[in-house]
Amino acid sequence: MDLVALLAIQVLYAIASLALISVGLAIIFGMMKVINLAHGEFLMLGGYAAIEANRYGINIWIAMLVVAPLVVGAIGAIVERTIIRWLYGRMIDTMLATWGLSLFLVGLTTAVFGNTTVGLSAPLGSFEIGSYRVSAYTLFVIAVAFVTLGGVLAMLRFTRLGLVARGAMQNANMAAALGVNPNRVYSVTFAAGAALTGLAGGVLAPVSGVFPTIGVAYVAKSFITVIGGGAAIVTGTATASALFGAVNQLATYATTPVFGEVALLAAAIVLIRLLPQGITGRFFRRSL
Amino acid sequence: MTARASSLAGIAVVLAIGLAVLVLTPRLFELDVVLNVTVYMIMAVLALSLGLIWGFGGILCFGQSAFFGLGAYTYAIAVMNMGESTLPLVLSVVVPAVFAALLGYFIFYGRISDVYLGVITLTVTLILFNSVNSTAGPEFHIGSARLGGFNGIPGIPALNVPFFKDWQVDLEGMFYLATASLLLVYVALRALLASRFGRVIVAIRENEGRAQLLGYDPRVYKLATFVIGAAIAGYAGCLFANWGNFVSPTIFGLAQSAQIIIWVIVGGRGTLVGPIVGCIGIQWLTAALGANAPSETAGWAALVGNVPLILGAILIGFVLLVPKGILPTLGDLAAQLTPRRAKAAR
Amino acid sequence: MSAPLIETRGLGMRFGGVQAVRDVDFVLAERELRCLIGPNGAGKSTFFKMLTGQLHPTSGTVSLRGRDISRAEPHEIARLGVGIKTQVPSVFDGLTVRENLWIAAARTNRGARIRSVVDAMLEQVGLAPVASAIVGQLAHGQRQWVELGVVLSTDPELVLLDEPAAGMTDREVARTVELVREINKTKALIVVEHDIQFIRKIASKVTVFNQGAVLVEDDVEAILHNPTVRDVYLGKKVAA
Repeated sequence: MDLVALLAIQVLYAIASLALISVGLAIIFGMMKVINLAHGEFLMLGGYAAIEANRYGINIWIAMLVVAPLVVGAIGAIVERTIIRWLYGRMIDTMLATWGLSLFLVGLTTAVFGNTTVGLSAPLGSFEIGSYRVSAYTLFVIAVAFVTLGGVLAMLRFTRLGLVARGAMQNANMAAALGVNPNRVYSVTFAAGAALTGLAGGVLAPVSGVFPTIGVAYVAKSFITVIGGGAAIVTGTATASALFGAVNQLATYATTPVFGEVALLAAAIVLIRLLPQGITGRFFRRSL
Repeated sequence: MTARASSLAGIAVVLAIGLAVLVLTPRLFELDVVLNVTVYMIMAVLALSLGLIWGFGGILCFGQSAFFGLGAYTYAIAVMNMGESTLPLVLSVVVPAVFAALLGYFIFYGRISDVYLGVITLTVTLILFNSVNSTAGPEFHIGSARLGGFNGIPGIPALNVPFFKDWQVDLEGMFYLATASLLLVYVALRALLASRFGRVIVAIRENEGRAQLLGYDPRVYKLATFVIGAAIAGYAGCLFANWGNFVSPTIFGLAQSAQIIIWVIVGGRGTLVGPIVGCIGIQWLTAALGANAPSETAGWAALVGNVPLILGAILIGFVLLVPKGILPTLGDLAAQLTPRRAKAAR
Repeated sequence: MSAPLIETRGLGMRFGGVQAVRDVDFVLAERELRCLIGPNGAGKSTFFKMLTGQLHPTSGTVSLRGRDISRAEPHEIARLGVGIKTQVPSVFDGLTVRENLWIAAARTNRGARIRSVVDAMLEQVGLAPVASAIVGQLAHGQRQWVELGVVLSTDPELVLLDEPAAGMTDREVARTVELVREINKTKALIVVEHDIQFIRKIASKVTVFNQGAVLVEDDVEAILHNPTVRDVYLGKKVAA
């Protein structure tokens, strides 16, 4: 019984972390049809931002929840201005340029921070389920994922920015018809997606530690979650995370973490083959 | 026909340069230079494989290193089990080709779009990397070959003259083999592209819908191109495993895949010389910068000698500023300067 | 009598909530020349796409010489001898005119035959002087001719032409009329066209599409004097 509860928490955590690392990418992909292959490095930068801020004496919660998103959001805004903007409508070229950006950022952080793993000690301590010890931080990550997805949903549904963004998702000219400069929408969207990615990087830093090439571990997972989820940002991310997170964690439990990862990637390839439009391309089509 | 004549002249020039390199390098340089040039040649074969499928077939594979790695590992495992290298050499081409056929069938017959093709090939590469990387324990072995996980497989026996186990290829022989292989693959691809098949794959790249309305099945042609590219990459992997007598999972890695793409985009899509030039140029550049950087931590030196940083900047710069690559852009410039010779630019 | 060249029964195509084509029964005999007319959005292009396999009908069937091709892929139908010139020229823009025709001719010919077919076609469509030009750099009218040449180089038995005269000069239109008559000596054609003068010059029989369905089918002169047709289509045209 304790084992079942533990396993449930672990599955939930796998789902939550997958959703958290993917939602920023989902926003950028869903609204702008831009595939940002430097996504993993945005996560990495969020981690560094949180750790460095904490090192300079900023409270750990503020470092993770405020500094990390702000820093990466700002970096996102710069990247949009200098690279992405010139390549709109050229999906493949955007992928290539952001892949270049990914390498560039890995090189830059290696030069600045060195090629070692740095960490943040996870706050909150732990609690016990029967004879198993569980980090309370796990529950915190799950909560952050829920709040983030809920926040994005609320923003899309209830704010003017959300309305414009939904319009842009349906039809690129729609934003212009609503009297909004599409370039502004894209800038804000990209920066917002980057900021959420920074948040995820900051929140996960205590769990995984941070090193320059950690992005590689994230990028494929977030991509297949986004593509597996399909067009609807929140529902897609949530459903795909649920599916892949569960597959990953259960396979990990049955074998090893490496094969858990492999199972996740394999499941994703099969899903893309069966549902090329993603889960929300077939089900929940009217969701956000 | 002048186009044909100039194309033959182009092949002749490339062959002449190649033969000059083949003959002169071992006579003019020390063994360490020859060793470096050998690996450039091997990587240029790999660059040609993506040059074919991306530059002519229009298939952007983000995981070309998967076939390269598969070729290298197949050779290593087979030759350690068999001792004699003839069949392992064949397998190092066949295994990646079969793998590509399965993956390609899945992709092209599943009508998966370009973008997803990129993500799927990238994902497959990661799967292979993760799987092989985690096989460090002694329980992971195929026959007598231990997979070694992240440690790789050391001490791979060198190629021998087919069916003559004792006549092994030495370091200088390896140079000749690699350079000759590059020339051979180049000429074979030129011939392929001049054939009906080659023209049809270019037509499909130009306008898939039109090609299909003329009665060509794009799936068959794309799959075949993909498989040929994988076979060439696998062969390059076999040569690479021979070069260092060593393979490790990093050859499956994303960094390796990114490099191949950078070689092709820098040199130029839609040419064969372009990927070769891009590959050799980039490798020379990164080696030179890496060697000249005094130490890893000293300010600017840490940036100049930083391979990912430089490769990343090159990739961004080329996508934004020189998207066609060096050779086609030079060709365009030449065509503008001498309008009458516009056709010869290929 | 043997099966007609093309026969559709109850052919329909629905996109989401929109019925683009409904319940079309259409028969074309061997070597017949038929014109399709109808206002924009009448379903003519959708109908063409179902004949070529670019769209698979949501109801009904298409048969080619009695063989059901409703689910066939475009390349399979092309191999059965159906060629289409699309409304917006669809050619290989990065290749030369000669290479464009070569790709088409090489599908149905081998060896030296390919070259002779290409040379003959260059003459027939009047592109011999620009044979070495890159197609993407040609004027729109010339690209139309390239596409015609590409379609004819595979030597199809049924040629579909979607607005062949659009954007052409009077002289080019006259040449197109000539070419259509020439093609019709050996092949069947279906031509979508808005230009009534053009239709008068080439066709005997006309099928009128309106709102996704066949409105009427008759001789060209009868169609011109048909009051319903005037109302839905020609009337507006004349008024404009």
